[in-house]
Amino acid sequence: MQYTLSILVENQAGVLSKISGLFSRRGFNIDSLAVGVTADPGISRITIVANGDEYVVEQLEKQLNKVIPVIKVKRLTEGEFISRELILIKVHCAASKRSEIIKTAELMQAKIVDAAPSCVTVEYCETSSRVKTLIDMLKPYGIREIVRTGTIAIDRGNSAVSV
Amino acid sequence: MISGAEIMVKCLEAEGIKVIFGYPGATICPFYDKIYDSDIKHILVRQEQNAAHAASGYARCSGKPGVCVATSGPGATNLITGIATAYTDSIPMVAITGQVKSDLLGRDVFQEADITGACEPFVKHSYIVNKTEDLPRVFREAFHIASTGRKGPVLIDIPMDIQENEIEEFVYPEKVNIPGYKPTTKGHAIQIKRAVEAIKNSKRPLIVSGGGVLLSGVKPKFQKFADNTKIPVISTMMGIGVMPSDHEMYLGMLGTHGKRVANRALYEADLVIVCGARLGDRAVAAPHQMSENNTVIHIDIDPAEIGKNVKTEIPIVGDMKNVMNMLIEEIGDYQVPKLWQDTVKTWKKELFRIPPVFDGFVELRTLVSHLSAMLRSKAILVADVGQNQIWCANNFRIREGRFLTTGGMGTMGYSIPAAVGAKFARPTRDVVVVCGDGSFQMSMNELATISGNNLAIKIIIMRNHRLGMVRELQDNNYNKRHSATVLQGDPDFLKIAEAYGIDHAEANSNEEAEEIIKKMVKSDKPFILVCNVYPDTPSI
Repeated sequence: MQYTLSILVENQAGVLSKISGLFSRRGFNIDSLAVGVTADPGISRITIVANGDEYVVEQLEKQLNKVIPVIKVKRLTEGEFISRELILIKVHCAASKRSEIIKTAELMQAKIVDAAPSCVTVEYCETSSRVKTLIDMLKPYGIREIVRTGTIAIDRGNSAVSV
Repeated sequence: MISGAEIMVKCLEAEGIKVIFGYPGATICPFYDKIYDSDIKHILVRQEQNAAHAASGYARCSGKPGVCVATSGPGATNLITGIATAYTDSIPMVAITGQVKSDLLGRDVFQEADITGACEPFVKHSYIVNKTEDLPRVFREAFHIASTGRKGPVLIDIPMDIQENEIEEFVYPEKVNIPGYKPTTKGHAIQIKRAVEAIKNSKRPLIVSGGGVLLSGVKPKFQKFADNTKIPVISTMMGIGVMPSDHEMYLGMLGTHGKRVANRALYEADLVIVCGARLGDRAVAAPHQMSENNTVIHIDIDPAEIGKNVKTEIPIVGDMKNVMNMLIEEIGDYQVPKLWQDTVKTWKKELFRIPPVFDGFVELRTLVSHLSAMLRSKAILVADVGQNQIWCANNFRIREGRFLTTGGMGTMGYSIPAAVGAKFARPTRDVVVVCGDGSFQMSMNELATISGNNLAIKIIIMRNHRLGMVRELQDNNYNKRHSATVLQGDPDFLKIAEAYGIDHAEANSNEEAEEIIKKMVKSDKPFILVCNVYPDTPSI
């Protein structure tokens, strides 16, 4: 089972290592992790996507709550949040294939942000599964490099994870 | 103007700290220079790990956080085992370490170690202070965190320049505000109602008590609850002492090394009330079996403990003190069915078996069971780790005193330094250490601390010239191949005692040992009694 946790933490040195350390210590696996400051500069948000059964998720939430600088932990409900990740993909691109790749990018609503004689760089900001689709579609051209962020997520509608 | 080091001392004074345990070094010198003028007593141990254990013994007997101090680098890393022990046993402690100057951090200079990083898995929280102005807040928070919620060690790492810098004035904050730290202390009323209903509907309820009951200081209330309801009680290693051993409804310690009757009660109970215990593998080897047979009510201040090891039907998160009050009020004059009471009393009668005696040796289990009667009722027994721990846990007939041991971490060498802390916390009580010849040698350097402070700690060494517990494992699981479990080259412990100026004696029979103990408890000086025990004595 994959789940997404939205965690509010005090914005201070060492918090990230406390949290990532907790995962490895207790044998929990992280699929992705993203950190950024919130509207309140004293508070950061960590979004973690991880895998595990119900027991693991429950333990994880409880253990995270025990970390002193952690202010709030919320498991986002499947289907009730919007998630995005950002990816930059550098694709091999001979002149003959350029228009094909541009079309693929357009089809997926991705942007070409850089080009060179033998490659282009595509920027894409979407859900994890759409990102995977784009990668699959570009793979045949030869991918030179992928750089991607962890998933960030926000509740749909009025609900918010705040202090 | 006031320096960081003076502020550190003032913070400790503001927290009401009377005794600290430590070992100096270069980067903590500014602090040591100021503590020299303070009324706070500093006890110089002989190795930093023992400063942490002494702080643990002090905390457990005083109910206040223990404080230990060390320098940067090796001083700090030596503390780790003691900090980890306090963490696993949930003991309130504040550990203070010196650190290299802020501008040298990360350069791998002399005696630099990333101690907050190294301790991360073993502390409730840690600080590295980067402004002298922050010291009062950090100390205030550290003591608050260590001594509330699920108690535990907090580390404060302070670079030397932060101790030296001066600021305008010292103000100790009255309140703490840590947004991410608001432990639930009051039990949920509906859950309490559900729990009481379940107890009333059960035929064979049982209480499993852990160290949490002692840590929350609720022992008298807990005993009242058990007395009124007649619910039988068993305890974990850390929970020993919540009930007097001879109480008719107390069946002893559970678990792989526990009393058969305690385990039998756990197996036959239809409802188990777990109070402040995490139920690790030594307590309940097969937790899934436990919850198959009975309903579990789990009371703990740490929500993460509930459901971690044992499946729980009725969780109650809160401080035992509040929860116990609520339970007592809600349950009224309920008593458990007579049949279950009688069954338990019958089992209790079968409890004490007299172990066989071998000529020329002391039978330690018998000696320990007689020990309590020779001590005053509030005596503190400190057991080390190994066979001696099991012998003490199962045979010491505790009355109103304490049984200190490390049930969670199981750190050899704990007993002597922990006894030092206990004696400083409770100077008028009998403090007796029981350790093996292996564990004694792990912290016998602390005899100097005992002798130097003339602490009337009585040490009983069970000498069998081997690491008894590991050897038992080898006998049972490794084809009796005794790899590295024979203690060769042991010194003459009596001569060691002599060298430290400590009174001593040796016993080769129970009669002899008991005669010596009767004499040694009357003395206001330390004493070492070496008991030669039959090498193949089993743990149970």
